[in-house]
Amino acid sequence: MADVKKIATRESYGNALAELGKDYPDLVVLDADLAAATKTGVFKKAFPDRHIDCGIAESNMVGIAAGLATTGKIPFVSSFAMFASGRAFEQVRNSVGYPKLNVKIGATHAGISVGEDGATHQCCEDLALMRVIPGMVVMNPSDDIEAKAAVKAALDYQGPVYIRFGRLAVPVINDNPDYKFELGKGVVLREGKDVTLVATGLEVGETLAAAEKLAADGIDAKVINIHTIKPLDEDLIVAAAKETGKVVTIEEHSVIGGLGSAVCDCLSAKAPTQVLKIGVNDTFGESGPAVELIKKYGLDSEGIYAKVKEFMA
Amino acid sequence: MDTLALKKTANEVRKGIVTAVHSAKSGHPGGSLSAADILTYLYFEEMNIDPKDPKKADRDRFVLSKGHIAPGFYSTLAQRGFFPVEDLKTLRHVGSYLQGHPDMKHIPGVDMSSGSLGQGGSAAVGMALAGKLDNASYRVYCLFGDGEIQEGQVWEASMFAGAHKLDNLVFIVDNNGLQIDGSVEDVCSPYPIADKFKAFNFNVIEIDAHDFEQIEGAFKKARETKGMPTAIIAKSTKGKGVSFMENQASWHGTAPNDEQYAQAMADLEKIGESLK
Repeated sequence: MADVKKIATRESYGNALAELGKDYPDLVVLDADLAAATKTGVFKKAFPDRHIDCGIAESNMVGIAAGLATTGKIPFVSSFAMFASGRAFEQVRNSVGYPKLNVKIGATHAGISVGEDGATHQCCEDLALMRVIPGMVVMNPSDDIEAKAAVKAALDYQGPVYIRFGRLAVPVINDNPDYKFELGKGVVLREGKDVTLVATGLEVGETLAAAEKLAADGIDAKVINIHTIKPLDEDLIVAAAKETGKVVTIEEHSVIGGLGSAVCDCLSAKAPTQVLKIGVNDTFGESGPAVELIKKYGLDSEGIYAKVKEFMA
Repeated sequence: MDTLALKKTANEVRKGIVTAVHSAKSGHPGGSLSAADILTYLYFEEMNIDPKDPKKADRDRFVLSKGHIAPGFYSTLAQRGFFPVEDLKTLRHVGSYLQGHPDMKHIPGVDMSSGSLGQGGSAAVGMALAGKLDNASYRVYCLFGDGEIQEGQVWEASMFAGAHKLDNLVFIVDNNGLQIDGSVEDVCSPYPIADKFKAFNFNVIEIDAHDFEQIEGAFKKARETKGMPTAIIAKSTKGKGVSFMENQASWHGTAPNDEQYAQAMADLEKIGESLK
């Protein structure tokens, strides 16, 4: 993949905010002393008056965003996924979710691909935590193009949104003229008849590569990119499950509560199907280079390929 | 409104509180009664609000961070004309818009949903910050309980308010000295409260929460203070106005039975008689 352009979706987040800031005068960005890491620094440079550094106090930051939203501002709250969804969970639930305020949460450094910082900073529970809040939209874009589109979609949507971004530079996979982002709609990236691979976030690229390996072995996999985990594109998932009979979910998140659970919730009610959930297996992460960790936890294309092969045997 | 009229109004607010809590068979009378005079002053004197246009853009904002005293808040809003006083009897009933804790989506005059302690201050800071960003003239008020300030988020919000010199913001602490498990001093003392807010760069004013002249003086001084937010520490009596509820932690979150309700209303009628 040396010739493929790679960019971390946290970079896309900052760049999208800086671009959209011109057209959306009510857009304000909040940070908790991590603007350099969440990449909102570019927005701060362009719109210094509309960037608010709250210091290291994420719970307060979410509450301030709620207050700003009551006056018509559109706040983007930025922090690491661990703190945005974990530390401030109850503030997101009670001060943003319950009153359905127009607050957007830009959560960077999600999953084990945080790398060297280790388990305390590797949030593999955020999708589960955010998905369970009534009315919360949850997005997990797969690359630079999708991440920017997700930020724009969040801005145009009235209500609370959680968007998950990564620290690791990932290949750009959606760079085609037909690409269109629609909130709540999954995208079929590869047609196949033997099994459906449903992936989200940085696992979409890994899953596409795994599908090519499976094809070489005669397994024809359909690949669906789910950038919006809530609301889930249930029609697309049900149709694919009926078409291929077996489903595999792939996410850089706990196998409990995230994409895999959302897909199982849907299929168990609408089209009972055997599902293999690939993700972080109810364990904490650890320190190490991101790419090595993804391999170690079986979330690279080789790991996905091996698990799907076994599942199909 | 003169002091006598304010006292009469506050007494009507108190009647609404005990009536609502009695009807709900649950709820929080003690802290509602201790804050009734402050709430009355805010909604009948201090704040620029319009019951006919509760969402008007330039209105002053109020956040009830101690959201459990919803009966006090709702009774004040009803007296001010945001919704019928009669509706107070639907408090906490299934299908009523008067939820157990303030719900901005459904209750006219409620600027922020609240109830999970410690969170309202941050929302109030956000509103005050928006006012600064927009050069708007509105002011923002937030009422805390003295037990509530044990929550760390209150101090995160205070640090931000002081650091950002939000002089359009007033924090009020209803210092009735009691929380569910007993006196605030015994449970986990928040004292000295005034010194804490001073350390967070607030203009601090200490008053008697049941003296309208002191209340008026405090809010006037807050308006005149530039370059820093104001904290009003209002020393109050929990259960104020209902003889058997006064200074009793047990009346924090208990509803009166029929007999106790009759006694409470008789107490308040008597106070009303004395205000002629």
